[in-house]
Amino acid sequence: MSAEALRLEGLSKSFGGVPAVRGVSLAIADGERRLLLGPNGAGKTTLFNLVTGDLPPDTGSIRLFGREISRMAAHRRVHLGLARTYQVITLFPRDTLAHNLELALLGLSPLRWNPVALLSRRPELRERALAVLDRLGLRAAADRRLSDTSYGEQRRVEIAMALSQEPRVLLLDEPFAGLSQEERRDIQQQLAAIPRRVTVVMIEHDLDVALSFAERITVLHQGEIIVEGSRAEVVADARVQEVYLGT
Amino acid sequence: MIRVLLVAAFSLLLLAPALSPSDFYVNVATQILIAAIFALSLNLLVGYGGLISLGHAVYLGVSAYLTIWLVTRAGLSHLPAAVAAVVLTTAMSLLFGILALRATGLGFLMITLALGQILWGLAYRWVSVTGGDNGLSGFQRPQPFGIDLASPRTFYLMTVAVFACAFVLIAVLVRSTFGAGLRGVRDQPRRMQALGWHVWMVRLVAFVAAGFWGAVAGVLYAYYNQFVSPHVLALTNSAEALLMVIAGGAGTLLGPVVGAVVVVMLKNVVSAYVTRWVMLLGLVFVAIVAFMPEGLVPGIDRLRRRRRPAGTT
Amino acid sequence: MRFWVIQSLNGLALGGLLFLLSSGFSLIFGLMRVANLSHGAYFMLGAYVGLSVLNAGYGFWTAVVAGALTIAILGGVIERVLLRRLAGRTFSQVLVTLGIAFIIADSSLLVWSGDPMPLPVPRGLMGAVPVFGVFFPKYRLAVVGISIVTAVALWALLERTRLGAMIRAGVDDMEMARALGIPVPRLFTAVFCLGAALAGMGGVLGGPILSVYPGLDMDMLPLALIVLILGGPGSLPGAFAGSFFIGFLYTFGQALFPQLAYVILFLPMVAALVLRPKGLFGARAA
Repeated sequence: MSAEALRLEGLSKSFGGVPAVRGVSLAIADGERRLLLGPNGAGKTTLFNLVTGDLPPDTGSIRLFGREISRMAAHRRVHLGLARTYQVITLFPRDTLAHNLELALLGLSPLRWNPVALLSRRPELRERALAVLDRLGLRAAADRRLSDTSYGEQRRVEIAMALSQEPRVLLLDEPFAGLSQEERRDIQQQLAAIPRRVTVVMIEHDLDVALSFAERITVLHQGEIIVEGSRAEVVADARVQEVYLGT
Repeated sequence: MIRVLLVAAFSLLLLAPALSPSDFYVNVATQILIAAIFALSLNLLVGYGGLISLGHAVYLGVSAYLTIWLVTRAGLSHLPAAVAAVVLTTAMSLLFGILALRATGLGFLMITLALGQILWGLAYRWVSVTGGDNGLSGFQRPQPFGIDLASPRTFYLMTVAVFACAFVLIAVLVRSTFGAGLRGVRDQPRRMQALGWHVWMVRLVAFVAAGFWGAVAGVLYAYYNQFVSPHVLALTNSAEALLMVIAGGAGTLLGPVVGAVVVVMLKNVVSAYVTRWVMLLGLVFVAIVAFMPEGLVPGIDRLRRRRRPAGTT
Repeated sequence: MRFWVIQSLNGLALGGLLFLLSSGFSLIFGLMRVANLSHGAYFMLGAYVGLSVLNAGYGFWTAVVAGALTIAILGGVIERVLLRRLAGRTFSQVLVTLGIAFIIADSSLLVWSGDPMPLPVPRGLMGAVPVFGVFFPKYRLAVVGISIVTAVALWALLERTRLGAMIRAGVDDMEMARALGIPVPRLFTAVFCLGAALAGMGGVLGGPILSVYPGLDMDMLPLALIVLILGGPGSLPGAFAGSFFIGFLYTFGQALFPQLAYVILFLPMVAALVLRPKGLFGARAA
């Protein structure tokens, strides 16, 4: 039996009295690929925000490899191996692709507190950034400003930034949103290349690409888990038919 | 090669006023450099941190008060007094930073403004310590190692030396790995947090660095004027510094220096003819903010980039 | 005992004036996200306008109305001509209001010179009345009464009228308000004029107590800021409670520790900043 990467227990969050996440408990095994499904407003992104610490939970606990993190500052959770992407691309548009990646690499390096270490005199940092871009096939664009690249390329940089930190748990929030067929294939390849030691939790509406990736599926509806199981189990479930596939 | 020439030209420009036969120009140049250090320090917050402070006069002012008070009232000698002024003011900036960074954006602006106004009011009313409206005087420039700092030229050269240190160290800071983080926090705080950066602490460090250089400018201010009054803590003084940063171009290294040249020259020229500096400051503020929000230096940069073909750097 | 009664009443009077100043400041901030740094200058200019009207031989209440109207019109023009052009650029708006504050301050110095000038107390309110065994100036009691009446009127405006409902909707959620078809630009002008009028009126009413002098603007602005920080943006009850609290604190501070009264003001602000877990303005001001 493999260890648990992430375990949520009785996690709840409401906004101004309106519950967004209600008593969610779930366990994700180390190295698992998990898909979170659910209609808009089901509480999927809120759940991510609770796990990352963007939002404090009202009640409940979050364990990352057995360690309770629900009261821990968001940036410290990153140092424990938690990384995420955003549904809306959240990058540094005025900076180059290489610089975007350098910021990700610095985030986990003690160098980030150094006020006299010139960034331009850190070739090892740049080399690592370029190596990441190389794997994406974007090395040639390393010195282009992010805002001058295509939407699909930005999506890949967004995921690559999270991966460059070599996380143990990666949360992907709709990585395929707004992409063309071709761009989807690029992302699919990028995701397929994620090493097995990384646990991946993904929110995605595009069932074709998501189902081929995920091993287990959790379906949320109005902030609660209604079904959890393998692909076949979930698709066959009457409640899922009703609330998700029906809408 | 170009860089060496630029540095040489910059140094010549800095040293030229010392050759001027008129004390007036030497003094204006000294004022400009002190203002430039002050504006550079504020730019760390405004330009690189994205935190607009309207209370930055506090650091220059408190440091100037301390420098003079410690010598004239507490009987310290010059060097320990100056060091103590910078240390104490920097410590105060740590405290104020913790308070002001409870908010960002407008909240931050309003807290810094409120803190600044409170110290201004304190300087006016705490007469037994600050001398109230009359301020603190009876302070004279020392003669360390037989160098007579009372001479405008000698004092100017010392100011140049401090300015050069400040400029180089601030330039290094904004280009450092920490500086990259500071700009990242300005542009995308949430993402920076998700990348493992301690956003609040990055801002606090920038705040304290700004307080430190503001305090250094304050010591120079005290020695230049040999006098300090509540005016130094007034909102107009914070606003002038902000104007230098914005007019020159926030988030650029040379912007605040250019801004300091423009504002100090304007102030000296205008006060020679009319007494309405505050009104002019207000008008310039409205005009710059409404019509030239980017500032002078980025505008010139863009022109230069347009003239060059893309791809060359 | 006498001391405490008199100072409490003085605190009430200052609190009333502060409410006139900060209720508008807070409403403008809450609705428009504009920290109107000219607000202290509006207060001072209102007092100067009142002074000129009085000097021209008109009565005190005419002066109050004139001060309020003049500042309301000035505020309306500034909102329409400058602030609206900068819509969505929060910092530009704030800095423009700061520039205007300097222009007003220096113009006032030019027109009314630098000497502090008290406004005369209106004839019907001269003298003192016994309150809890001490004689207290009638005029100060009247100021307290006027500010409470104003507070009730503002409350009724916000809670009982269509305009008030629109303002509340805008403070709560601007996007929703727009979606509901509320004429946001006109609403902004209306609230800005209202806030300016209250400040102008407060300036004239404060004239007999505080006098009017260069620097009155910068004395008042931080008080409005602190009230806003304590009371929360856009909250009328917050502005009311905060104003009277600061009014008391400042009055007692000045009476007991005249040199340090300003630092005492600072304490509740620090406490509020430290104690509120998420900071004062939450995510909304970011």
